[in-house]
Amino acid sequence: MSIFDILGPVMVGPSSSHTAGAVRMGQMTRRLLGGEPESAEILLSGSFALTGEGHGTPRAILAGLMGMDPDDERIPQSFELAGEHGIKFSFGTVNLRNAHPNSALIRAKRDGRGVEVGASSPGGGRIRVFSLDGLPTSFSGEVPTLIVRCEDRPGHVSRVTGAVAAQGINMSKLQVERDTRGGTALMVIECDQRIPYKVKVAISAIEGIYNVTRLNPGEESK
Amino acid sequence: MSAVTSIAGLLKVSAEKKLPLWKTVQLTDCAEQDMSEADSWEKMKNMLSVMREADQSYDSRRRSLSGLSGGDGGKMEDYVRSGRSISGPLVGEIIAAALRMGECNACMKRIVAAPTAGACGVLPAVIIPCGKAMGLPDERLIEALYAAAGVGQVIALRASISGAQSGCQAEIGAASAMAAAALTHMAGGTSQQIANASALALKSLLGLVCDPVGGLVEVPCVKRNAAGAVIALTAAEMSLAGIESRVPPDEVIDAMREVGEKMSPTLRETAEGGLADTETARKFRERDEAAIRHGPGLT
Ligand code: SF4
Repeated sequence: MSIFDILGPVMVGPSSSHTAGAVRMGQMTRRLLGGEPESAEILLSGSFALTGEGHGTPRAILAGLMGMDPDDERIPQSFELAGEHGIKFSFGTVNLRNAHPNSALIRAKRDGRGVEVGASSPGGGRIRVFSLDGLPTSFSGEVPTLIVRCEDRPGHVSRVTGAVAAQGINMSKLQVERDTRGGTALMVIECDQRIPYKVKVAISAIEGIYNVTRLNPGEESK
Repeated sequence: MSAVTSIAGLLKVSAEKKLPLWKTVQLTDCAEQDMSEADSWEKMKNMLSVMREADQSYDSRRRSLSGLSGGDGGKMEDYVRSGRSISGPLVGEIIAAALRMGECNACMKRIVAAPTAGACGVLPAVIIPCGKAMGLPDERLIEALYAAAGVGQVIALRASISGAQSGCQAEIGAASAMAAAALTHMAGGTSQQIANASALALKSLLGLVCDPVGGLVEVPCVKRNAAGAVIALTAAEMSLAGIESRVPPDEVIDAMREVGEKMSPTLRETAEGGLADTETARKFRERDEAAIRHGPGLT
């Protein structure tokens, strides 16, 4: 813990979990989508659904989807700004069972591709993604993280991890989930070092890989 | 003994290295985070600028999304300016500054969480007006922020700085302890006096519950910032006068933790007890969600 976790962060109020964390959820969805969404559906759950309006949670998530940081003073105007950018958005509520009280499900689309991100904001502006495109997972993006969506077929895990290791990057955690046998698989690889662009290129070249996202803390990845 | 896990440790390291308390805090953090002293100083200086910007950009016409907050900082300013204030212009300005910052937070302006967003008004409300009244250079205020952060860090590590975990004593209480430390440093107090002031402030707020109306960081949060700031001033004054906390700071912090553990969950940010469960609060809750959605909004 740093003293700047005590004096800080600099953020737009009123709540680190319901506002700052909500911005981070939007940002995370934007990264997993690979850019600005054309449309977004935001579903709030638990305390987010109950007190989100008063905390500006919907505005905050939308601001994050537009790439704003938690200290961006335009957050309160995000509805209007999204309108100007031509982003279609809607809000609703959902009952996410077994999820943290401060949770949301965000569906966003761009270039004919969509993502569905389930994330929670336990406090202090930190977030955790607990589902991606319907598959359970768990990552925060606070350490370098590689997210690979691919066809579920033998050998994929070793080829993907091989591409990471080939760059001298140490993996600290590997999660693999799939929907059905031979269906879509999700690999989440947390690493000790920053993940260079080369790794993304190498993995993307493997057959049956649908999509690769790099999350390097403090960097916006495209 | 580590300088981050106990106030006693912080004092011991400062004494051994013959450093002012704030400097021990800075150096310990720089070593921990692998950051240069210059970068750390710039970062802290930025915290002071953001606090000032928020304070100066306060607009008494602005209201929160719920319509529950806004305008009180302006009322307090007018009252102080009228010359009718019982406690005089400095204390009046401290109260006004705390209300302004609390309202800035409620109205979605940019603030510095200190240690949380809900309690963001306490620290700036003492350092900015008092720094001005005492004619201190900004360097001194930045040093004071380090002293405050050092105290806050020990509270966070030994107990908590979360209302959901330990009630409002961990937010407004911690903020008041931090502000008391900052102010004591600004007035030239010794490391012992700085530590002692933080204990005196925290003791005064022990047991404070977290009971936000409607679950929103507005009522009673905004006004508690003003109370926390004045308690910080009281604690600093007592400490500078040589009055000691009979219970040392670390034991006060440990007591805060224990009180937090014994506190009913209904009084820890769940909005199920205390002020949040009054007739008025329930009426507010019952207000159609649509009323919030299409309410006064951010003006
Ligand atoms: S009442 Fe609760 S939400 Fe409000 S400032 Fe205190 S701890 Fe924070």
